[in-house]
Amino acid sequence: MKDNPFSLWVYLSQSPLLWLTVTLLVYAATDAVSLATRRHPFANPVLHAMWIIGAFLLATHTSYTTYFAGAQFVHFLLGPATVALAVPLYENRKRVVSSIVPMLVALIAGSVAAVVSVVLLAELAGLPRDVVLSLAPKSVTAGVAMGIAESLHADPSLAAVAVILTGIMGAIIVTPLMNRTGITDYRARGFAAGLAAHGIGTARAFQVDEIAGVFSGIAMSLNALVTSFLVPLVVTLLVR
Amino acid sequence: MLASLSLILLCQLTGEAVVRGLGLPLPGPVLGLLLLLTLLLARDRFALLAHGPLGKDGVESASKGLLAHLSLLFVPAGVGVVQELDLLASHGIAIVLVLALSVVVTLLATVLTFRLVSRLLKQQDFR
Repeated sequence: MKDNPFSLWVYLSQSPLLWLTVTLLVYAATDAVSLATRRHPFANPVLHAMWIIGAFLLATHTSYTTYFAGAQFVHFLLGPATVALAVPLYENRKRVVSSIVPMLVALIAGSVAAVVSVVLLAELAGLPRDVVLSLAPKSVTAGVAMGIAESLHADPSLAAVAVILTGIMGAIIVTPLMNRTGITDYRARGFAAGLAAHGIGTARAFQVDEIAGVFSGIAMSLNALVTSFLVPLVVTLLVR
Repeated sequence: MLASLSLILLCQLTGEAVVRGLGLPLPGPVLGLLLLLTLLLARDRFALLAHGPLGKDGVESASKGLLAHLSLLFVPAGVGVVQELDLLASHGIAIVLVLALSVVVTLLATVLTFRLVSRLLKQQDFR
């Protein structure tokens, strides 16, 4: 090993350990910056971790497959974390139950706004049909959006990219936008974040306020269901 | 801790199995969430269930641990997007603008509807 440091790199770069460590270290750094700036929207830890790691992979000519062999251990926890949302929901159940009517009405209004606005704007921008279809489910979690895109014979990878971009932009925009409207009801703010920007919006909501996080998680879960029915309907009505 | 994590995974596994089996249009973990919520509510009703992971602070503290760094869990998928940016090559700017505008419209539509309905309901209470 000693006479050829490159062989050590070759060995390490193929092992999951290196990429898992890189993921955790870079996130620990971006999260520390986010904390130091008192959770400033532009210091979003996901946004900065993803481009730093992306640039690092590019610089070292590492394929995403190799990276993911290590990062999958983190990625896997998304499912269990979704299940774990049951606990804050359980602890705040009284506030949730008393808000059920505004939640359901806002769910319908928000889901329709999400799908109709993206389809209309995309058509207005003159995007080709298959791109419009791939963007339509962008407000729900990647797994569901990819399933919807597939059922419409659109591009699931583009749908996943649209989902992540929407999540990041939503998580950055939500706090300044809500402050501008003067709405201080964290139930409503969180619900909007989860509906518009799924899990990344929910992660942001938990950073700001626990009640916002709880309502965001509910919105994310319900919107996955509504959007699966809504997208095919809107697409038949609005896409030529 | 181990029992609590097992319970969370078991809920997810059951959720995934049911969603796959019945072809339901929702993510398996969301059904798992409902299952865990039901278990927690049932525990308050039946003291018999309040053991192991459902006992004092078992699954609750494990879940909070998982949720403490929710943002971290999106990093691997986010890095995937950086790798697939060439998908955006032909219409990149238009797509980003469309998504940005749409997310603003969605946030406003949702939050304003929520506030409006919640205010209307309160007015009824006063009458």
